[in-house]
Amino acid sequence: MLIYSLKRILGSIPTLLAIIVIAFFMMRLTPGGPFDTEQPLQPEIRENLMKAYHLDEPLYMQFKRYLFNVLQGDFGPSFKYKDWSVNDLIWMGFPVSLKLGLSAIGLAMFFGIFFGSLAALKQNTWIDYTVMGTAMVGITIPNFVVAPLLSLVLGVYFKLLPVSGWGDGDFSHVILPIISLALPQIAYIARLTRGSMIEVLRSNFIRTARAKGLSERLIVTRHALRAALLPVISYLGPATANIITGSVVIEKIFQIPGIGSHFVTGAINRDYTLVMGVVVFFGIIIILFNLFVDLLYGLLDPRVRYD
Amino acid sequence: MRSTQKIDRKKPSTVGKASRDANALLTVQGLNVQFKIREGIVKAANDINFQIQKGECIGIVGESGSGKSQVFMSIMGLLANNGKAKGSVKFFDKEILGMPVDQLNDIRGSHISMIFQDPMTSLNPYMTIGKQLTEVLHAHKTMSNKEATDTALEMLDHVRIPEAERRFHMYPHEFSGGMRQRVMIAMALLCSPELLIADEPTTALDVTVQAQVIDLIKNLRTELNTSIIMITHDLGVVAGLCDRVLVMYAGRIVESGPVRDIFYTPQHPYTKCLLKAMPRIDEGRTDKLETIPGRPPNLMKLPHGCSFEPRCPYKMPICKEIRPELLPISDTRAKACHLTEI
Amino acid sequence: MPNSKTLNTKRDFDVIIKGRSLWADAGHRLMRNKMAVVGMSILGFIILLSVIAPYLQMISPDLFPFTFDEVDWDNISTDPSFENHHYFGTDGNGRDLFIRTLYGGRISIMVGFVATLVSLVIGVTYGATAGFLGGKTDSFMMRFVDVLYSLPFMFFVIILMVFFGRNIFLIFIALGAVEWLDMARIVRGQTLSIKKKEFVEAAHAQGVSTYNILKRHIIPNTLGPVAVYITLTIPRVIMIESFLSFLGLGVQEPMASWGVLISEGSPEIETAWWRLIFPAIFLAFSLFSLNFIGDGIRDALDPKDR
Repeated sequence: MLIYSLKRILGSIPTLLAIIVIAFFMMRLTPGGPFDTEQPLQPEIRENLMKAYHLDEPLYMQFKRYLFNVLQGDFGPSFKYKDWSVNDLIWMGFPVSLKLGLSAIGLAMFFGIFFGSLAALKQNTWIDYTVMGTAMVGITIPNFVVAPLLSLVLGVYFKLLPVSGWGDGDFSHVILPIISLALPQIAYIARLTRGSMIEVLRSNFIRTARAKGLSERLIVTRHALRAALLPVISYLGPATANIITGSVVIEKIFQIPGIGSHFVTGAINRDYTLVMGVVVFFGIIIILFNLFVDLLYGLLDPRVRYD
Repeated sequence: MRSTQKIDRKKPSTVGKASRDANALLTVQGLNVQFKIREGIVKAANDINFQIQKGECIGIVGESGSGKSQVFMSIMGLLANNGKAKGSVKFFDKEILGMPVDQLNDIRGSHISMIFQDPMTSLNPYMTIGKQLTEVLHAHKTMSNKEATDTALEMLDHVRIPEAERRFHMYPHEFSGGMRQRVMIAMALLCSPELLIADEPTTALDVTVQAQVIDLIKNLRTELNTSIIMITHDLGVVAGLCDRVLVMYAGRIVESGPVRDIFYTPQHPYTKCLLKAMPRIDEGRTDKLETIPGRPPNLMKLPHGCSFEPRCPYKMPICKEIRPELLPISDTRAKACHLTEI
Repeated sequence: MPNSKTLNTKRDFDVIIKGRSLWADAGHRLMRNKMAVVGMSILGFIILLSVIAPYLQMISPDLFPFTFDEVDWDNISTDPSFENHHYFGTDGNGRDLFIRTLYGGRISIMVGFVATLVSLVIGVTYGATAGFLGGKTDSFMMRFVDVLYSLPFMFFVIILMVFFGRNIFLIFIALGAVEWLDMARIVRGQTLSIKKKEFVEAAHAQGVSTYNILKRHIIPNTLGPVAVYITLTIPRVIMIESFLSFLGLGVQEPMASWGVLISEGSPEIETAWWRLIFPAIFLAFSLFSLNFIGDGIRDALDPKDR
């Protein structure tokens, strides 16, 4: 288990480096600089700015500096918000985005697994068809359509919930964004769980469990569920990436002050360091979560541990 | 004779077989197994009739796809969702075919156990051997954890698994194929069942390991006095172990009889072909093994007459027209063939 | 599967009894799949509408009096109505939403197809090369894919869009460059497994050239999974394009994709529901149809009882 964990941790280093390299060079090789504004700046000011942000150094020096700083956890100053560092902006938005994202993942796991298993156990009944039909809708309709519809129905017509804003993260404000964010993932996890549950229920060791005379409840909870959940656990990695991506849209729709909204404003303002900082930060989060998922997988599947 | 619902675990009588039916453990009558698939209906077993006495060991022999496994899957209630079984299967005098699952669960694993062809996948890979063993005991008996563990360990010793105590907490992937099959056997015998159904238990194993497992089953049979049904395509397995043999072809029993008679004077052409296709050291034969020409029939489109007719070296015009019934040819033997003597 | 023996022999029967080609067989099965047929009909209808959208005015100026960027000053943000021929209503600039939705379809569907094609070319080339060469080259190439896999790709696409300008060719390339990874994995896996199969080894042993093996055996056998994957990639690409457009990073005014229309419509949902609903319906129905078709093709090519 220790070797396995070490392997996984080492394996994620190239990914992290790749993210930093790609983000850095993509940004620096693009036409147009951060100080291209409507009115050209005076040459001296421009030069001073360039110097202040080390943009006058050769590219590899800039990269070395950036890499060094990032490894120390410093994403540098924001190009556009003069008095803020990227770290400040990220840490300001992080608690909000984290709460949103984690709740959505939790919700997606719980309901996805529940409905997926239900559909598998009641295969080819109306329950199965209803769950899978709804899941199909959940997967196909993008959340930027679902979110406005939800807020129209629940917020405007029934006036149950506030239509936008974050409040202080109180329940009534967070519920719509979390549901909108989680819905496609619930749908996806439900489909995944159903598929793998059906496959597992047909497997030889379940046949053995039946031959042993175990009750159907024991067979499902003790034998089938664990095996059926392994693909779901593997999906948690991509799910995080999807949730983070989705949060950008959801934060925009509901005007939530998370990292996603910083990213969108940063992108539109050409705030190099902010955008790069956010991408690298999200990259780290995704890598960490993948690592966690790998370890969890190793814990659940004894065959992996000893490889 | 037994009016209560509960099954009496009386030791099989050793006083001969005065009344066959009184000693009958399992009586199968007119059993049909069918699978519905998109292209039609697969008839995996047709009109199967046989009886097993207490303490008896029966071999079921046939090529793969002859429906021999499905007969017993249906008896155990393990058919796939698209499978359907009709007929009657009585365990003692209790009908178990089509029994509700919760009632069937009182029987399977405790009175009738089954082991399967592929020990590599038949154990749950995510659970320790110990847990998989003790859960059988917890399902069928009221036992403390300690008692269950002790019983399971004892059974592991019984099936000759060395260092049982250490292996108790291991996962299936840490065992070899032969060891896994031993674990499966131990699991099946934990509740000392009256009947053990072994579905090709050695097919997936190495040849040397095969012999060990067969030996083990042979020894356990005498030690535990359990009836055994040995499903196999390997006549060699049957020869050393069984009292009686049923030969199946294309979902039907084509010949039955005591193991010696079947071996020395096979009466059905298919049995004869099977025996010719079997390597035998004792006769010191050096000529090449014969194979049966052709292939088994499509179970969705069984021929009108005898299913073996297209491949049969003794075929007659009548074979294509009328299907021979399984009829007794002596006190102990029966065959389904129009030929009187071959 | 307890009855695997019985079920597996089914395919053998198929081959023996019918001897039909795999593809004819698959086509037959696809046509019997109701959902897939419904999907194909709906998608066909939407594509047809999108294709003829620019010519509608020519066909019938009475029924379709508007172009996609024409402002109808009398009808700014009005309800759907038959009398003024704004069947889906108008947007805040008085442009006809029906025509704009169809034009949006042109863009969205085109992006879907072209970007998928890009991903197909990259993915198949990469995957087949890796699988065919095998050994160290293969493991290095696939390790590279693994690394790319765990990158937050969406964000790179966003950066690309922001800094290189929002042009439609860039969208094709960017989305294609994101979606080729799965394709490469599938093709590589297929190539590897087929390479090991007896019939290819037999062909090798008989001295058939590598090129002919590729042409006769490997490519036809890989086509199935790739076909399935294409039908599942197209809706995903369409969805990503809408996502980008929704953030204001996709197609630019006065052009519109469904994503752009949805993005413009969603803040107005309280006052002008039609602006969100109609493009959303078109988008959703296209995605549905594509998913059903994809599932249908998968089941048709791999007829296991599900």
